[in-house]
Amino acid sequence: MNAFQWLYSDVVKEHFVNPRNVFDPDEKFEADAEGVVGNIKCGDQMMFLLKIKDEIIQDVRWKTYGCASAIASTSMLSESVKGMDIRKAYGIKPQDIAAKLGGLPENKIHCSVLGDKALRAAIDQYLEKQGRTGEFKGEDAVVICTCLNITDKDIEEAVKAGAHDWQKLQEATKIGTVCGGCKSKAEELLHEYVHIYS
Amino acid sequence: MSRTFVYMDYNATTPLRPEVKERMVEALDVYANASSLHESGRRARAEIEEARASVADLIGAKDTSGLYFTSGGSESNNTVFMTMYQLGRKNPSRRKIITSSIEHPCVMNAAAYLAEEGFPVVYLPVDSSGRVDMEALKKELGPDTLLVSVMAANNEIGTIEDIEAISALAKKAGALVHSDATQAVGKVPVSVEDWGIDYLTLSCHKIYGPKGIGALYVRPGAPIQPLIRGGHQENGVRAGTYNNLGIIGFGKAAQLALSDLPEFGARMAALRKRLMDGLVSRIPLVKVNGHPEAVLPNTLNLSFPGAEGEAILLSLDLEGIQVSTGSACASGSLEPSHVLLATGLGPELAHGSIRFSLGRNSSEKDVDYVIEKLPPIIQRLRRMSTVNPLQSQDQSQTNAPLDRLPGEKVPATTA
Ligand SMILES: Cc1ncc(COP(=O)(O)O)c(C=O)c1O
Ligand code: FES
Repeated sequence: MNAFQWLYSDVVKEHFVNPRNVFDPDEKFEADAEGVVGNIKCGDQMMFLLKIKDEIIQDVRWKTYGCASAIASTSMLSESVKGMDIRKAYGIKPQDIAAKLGGLPENKIHCSVLGDKALRAAIDQYLEKQGRTGEFKGEDAVVICTCLNITDKDIEEAVKAGAHDWQKLQEATKIGTVCGGCKSKAEELLHEYVHIYS
Repeated sequence: MSRTFVYMDYNATTPLRPEVKERMVEALDVYANASSLHESGRRARAEIEEARASVADLIGAKDTSGLYFTSGGSESNNTVFMTMYQLGRKNPSRRKIITSSIEHPCVMNAAAYLAEEGFPVVYLPVDSSGRVDMEALKKELGPDTLLVSVMAANNEIGTIEDIEAISALAKKAGALVHSDATQAVGKVPVSVEDWGIDYLTLSCHKIYGPKGIGALYVRPGAPIQPLIRGGHQENGVRAGTYNNLGIIGFGKAAQLALSDLPEFGARMAALRKRLMDGLVSRIPLVKVNGHPEAVLPNTLNLSFPGAEGEAILLSLDLEGIQVSTGSACASGSLEPSHVLLATGLGPELAHGSIRFSLGRNSSEKDVDYVIEKLPPIIQRLRRMSTVNPLQSQDQSQTNAPLDRLPGEKVPATTA
């Protein structure tokens, strides 16, 4: 076993060394949609560019500022969404990408896998341009607060709208105000989304 | 195929020097308990006292009476802070702790513990080169100040603090003075007498000796409480059967570090300059972190805007080059290096920072290998980055060392 394997899987290493579909300014890639998420302050930022025809992703380019697993996970995602229906691509989760990469350390799944969010942002922009704003929202949502039927997507939207701490999130969604059992899970998501969107 | 392997992480730890290793192999047979009164005990004790004298010499201590062996820098620092805890509880009118905002985590967290316990704790700001703001120190000092603790040299950026001046100010206010000299010892002259300090921390694994052994110097008469209670070893200041092997190795490492110091420092400074000049001239937009002159001769900290530190580190690692980074992604937290942030560096430059720390086995060949391998790595990462500093900068000045990037926070203090 070589020491590099110990940190990340061979697949990660391969994508880090030879990333696929990286945006090249000289190539004049004409995108139908673009999505950017993340924050340099937190150490990761990502941009996805999509060519879409008949609801199918024809081609994709990306750029990322981030660590090795951020680069590798975006590269892997870009490969797997080519030829994919945009509705299906919209539902891709960080865990799906991590699995394809042969696993990532837990803390890396939260902070470095931003590709799915950048992809969703690009698809959202595409839908918006088509007058179909928000058409895929709410799909694949996971209920976090069972008392109040509040999903991860609801938390994500609240954070995007400026709820950057627990108090503001509660004011925006009322999450955790009944049994309180969802608090730790919700705080984890809050932390993650603040990292991504603030 | 032989693979090039370049270790440039000597501030993290150093390999054993062959002479130290040899001495330790002999010392493996020094099994006796150095507290025993019989002959083998006395012989072990004599070796330990010889080592103590070498360590005292290295830090310019007049005699060995205030020198205690510990398990390392972290323990020595914690012993001082826990002593302050005891003193401050007994005398709440003097319990303010003044330290700097760029200390090693073992000081930062020991100070944070005292803060949790209700002690007033101040983290002095530093200027953009990492030097402690002396005006802020003057303002904070008062009859309530119990301890001033400032590191002699910083592990990440290598900046050397003016401990003599800090100590003089603190003494006027009647405060005790501690310095964590873990990184300074063996690289620059260190003298507890010249500095006039009460406590000094050092650790053996940074000077080509074994890990898990260090020392705390306590000026005779200065208060000290054991962190580890037990037997009478070390005058009751540090209990536990003597670590013969570690202590004897430490003695040898200290003796060699002292005799090599002038030659070693000059050689490191020349290598550092070669590395810095080589990288700055070949890579556009590089920020040199730390103080331009008051800096450890072996430590070079650079920021590469547009490229992230962990990605740089792992790219270098694939070429056989070992360095470290101040990026959050490498630390498991979401915050980049508190040291670089304290110098006013923007988070992007902190995430894109790499520390090269040279040492005894470093050669010009090593340095030239890094100068050859790093430029294409930075170029590649910047090309795929969402932030490309080269597009937003005046190309004419790209090979000049960066002072400050647009949008960067200017530190609140000037010193
Ligand atoms: C400045 C400084 N203080 C303290 C320590 C901790 O020393 P030790 O590893 O011996 O506990 C280190 C080592 O990383 C250091 O660089
Ligand atoms: S699960 Fe959220 S308040 Fe009960």
